[in-house]
Amino acid sequence: MTYPMIALTEVSRAYPGGVAALRAVSLRVEHGELVAVVGPSGSGKSTLLNVVGTLDRPTSGAVRLDGHDVAALSDGRLSALRATTIGFVFQHFHLAARVPALDNVADGLLYTGLRRSERRRRAADALERVGLGHRLDHEPHELSGGERQRVAIARAVAGEPPLLLADEPTGALDSVSGAGVMDLLRELNAAGTTIVIITHDHEIAGSLPRQVSMRDGRIVADSAAGVLATEGRVTR
Amino acid sequence: MMPVRTPPAPARMRPGDVVRVGAVGLRTRPLRAFLSALGIAIGIAAMVGVVGLSSSSGAELDRTLSALGTNLLTVSAGNTLTGEAARLPVEAEAMIERVGPVQAVSSVGKIPEAKVYRSERIPEVQTGGLSTYAARLDLPATIGATLRDGIWLNAATERHPAAVLGASAARRLGVGAAGPDTQVVVGGVRFTVVGVLNPVALATDLDNGVLVGWPVAEKRLGFDGHPTTLYTRAEEAGLEAVREVLAGTANPEAPNEVDVSRPSDALAAKQATSQAFAGLLLGVGAVALLVGGVGVANTMVISVLERRAEIGLRRSLGATRGQVRTQFLAESLLLSLLGGAGGVLLGTAVTTGYALYSGWPPVVPAWATAGGLVATLAIGAVAGLYPAVRASRLSPTEALSTP
Repeated sequence: MTYPMIALTEVSRAYPGGVAALRAVSLRVEHGELVAVVGPSGSGKSTLLNVVGTLDRPTSGAVRLDGHDVAALSDGRLSALRATTIGFVFQHFHLAARVPALDNVADGLLYTGLRRSERRRRAADALERVGLGHRLDHEPHELSGGERQRVAIARAVAGEPPLLLADEPTGALDSVSGAGVMDLLRELNAAGTTIVIITHDHEIAGSLPRQVSMRDGRIVADSAAGVLATEGRVTR
Repeated sequence: MMPVRTPPAPARMRPGDVVRVGAVGLRTRPLRAFLSALGIAIGIAAMVGVVGLSSSSGAELDRTLSALGTNLLTVSAGNTLTGEAARLPVEAEAMIERVGPVQAVSSVGKIPEAKVYRSERIPEVQTGGLSTYAARLDLPATIGATLRDGIWLNAATERHPAAVLGASAARRLGVGAAGPDTQVVVGGVRFTVVGVLNPVALATDLDNGVLVGWPVAEKRLGFDGHPTTLYTRAEEAGLEAVREVLAGTANPEAPNEVDVSRPSDALAAKQATSQAFAGLLLGVGAVALLVGGVGVANTMVISVLERRAEIGLRRSLGATRGQVRTQFLAESLLLSLLGGAGGVLLGTAVTTGYALYSGWPPVVPAWATAGGLVATLAIGAVAGLYPAVRASRLSPTEALSTP
C-alpha cells in the first residue's frame, strides 16, 4: 500500500456565520486501521467524518483519500469515488421503508454501473456476510434494530469499499445489539477494510486499537500520536 | 511527494434503473401519485374527448353526405320584389330537365290552404304547424329520402286520397305506422296514410310535411299545379354551371325571385360551427391540463422536501448531482405519462361510448392521442425540472442530517 487511506493536512471547515467546526486538523489513517473518533457533541466529529467521506468540502487544507486529491475533483468524480471507495453507516440506518432487505442492500450498488442481477447477487453475499442470509425478503419494519443496522452495514460493504465510515453505529441500539454490530465491524476490519467509527461510548472506543479524541474542532489526543507527529510532516 | 491519483468517471445509470428509481416515489406514495396523475388524466381526457367527438361527428357527416350526395340543388319560389310569395311556372321542372348536366329533377308544391288534422274533431285552429305538399313520384329517389314504414306513393295511389307523412309530422299526429286504417284529415278530406318517411337530411322542410299525389291535390285540395320547390341532381363536375343557370331556367320571367341553394353546404356549415365550438372546448381542456401540470409540480416539490434523507443517502452511495436530478425528473415524467395514458384511455372510451350511443362511427385521430402523450411529457418535464434541480443542489450533509 503506497498511499495512506486517509490523509488530512491542516483541514479547517468554517460554516457561514463564523462557526469553525474543524480547526487545522491533520490526521493520517493507514489501510487496515480501525479507528474510534470520540468527543463531546459539537466537537467536530461528524464534520470530520463528512469531510473524510467527501460529503463536505473543507474551507482550507488538503484531503487525500487513497491518494486522490479531493479538492481537485468534480462532483461526478467525487461521487464515483464515494461509490467505489467509501461505505457509510448511519446512526439511524437510512433504510428505504417497505423495501426488502435484499433490495435495500442492492441499492447501495446502484451507482456503480453494475447490472441489476449482479447487484442483487452481491447484495445477497453481503447479507450472508453480516449474518442475515435468512432475512433477504424481510422489510425494515419486520427487522429488529440490530438487524436493521446489519442491513445498513451490508449495504455499505456490498461494493467491498476499502474504507468504511460509521457515525454512531450503535447509538440507536441496545447494548446487546450494539455489541453484535461492533463484533461485525471488527470482523470486517480483520478482513482488510479500514474503518473509522464515531462514538460517544468510551467503552466501545477503548476496545478499539486506536482512539482519536476531539474537542472544539481540534484533535486533542491520538493514541497513535507518534505516527501523526512524524508522518504528518511528510504528507505536507 | 506522492503523485495524485484520479478516480474513474462516474458510471452511467442504465435506462431500466432510471425508470425503477423514478418509480420509487410513486410506489411509496401511491394515493398521492394517483391523485396528481388524475389531474393530468382529466385534462388529456377532455382534450382527446373533444377532438374525438368532433372527429366522430365529422365522420358521421361525411358518411351522410356520401350517402346523400352533395350534388343536390334546391330551387325555391322565393319572394317577389314587393314581398309577396312568388310562383314558379308550371313548366319549370321540364325546363330544368333540359339543362345538360342535370340528372334528375323532382318537385313539391306547397298547398297552404290544405290544413292537416288527426281527425274531424280537432278544432280548426289547431293546425299543428304541418304543411301539405303535392309531391312527384320520383321525389324520394331525387332527394335521398327513405321510408321508415309503409310505401311511397305510386301511379295508382297518387290519384286517390293517400298520404305519406314526414318524420316529425307523423310524430305530431301520433301516427306510429302506416296502414289502411290510419287516416288523417287534409283540407277536409280523409287521406289514408300509406307511408312514413325517415328524416330527410337534405330537405328538412319535408319532415313537417304531409305528402300527397300531384293529381289528387289538384282534384280534391284546390292545388294550382305550380311547384314551390324543385330538387335538382346534377353531375358533380357541372354543378356550378347548373347552379348559375338554374334561376333563369326555372323562372325566365323573374330569375331574381328564385332562391337557389345547395343543402349539403348548410350541413357542412353547421359542422364548421360545431368545430369552432370544439376549438373552444379544446382550450378548456388545455386549461385543465395546465392545472394538472401545476398539481404534478406541487407533488414533486413536496416529494423533494420529504425525501431529503433519501437524497442524502443516495449522494453518500455515490449518486452524482445529475443522477439525483434525473431521478426526480424521471419521477415527474412517469407521473404525467401515467396520467396521460389514463387520460387517452378515458377520452377514447368516452368518445367511443358517446359515438356508438349517437350512432356515429367512433373516430379518435392518432394525432390527438400522440399529441396528448407528447403534451404530458412536456408538462412532466417542465413541472419536474425545478424540483429536480433543487434536489440535486441539496448539500448531502444537510440532507442526511434531516431526521
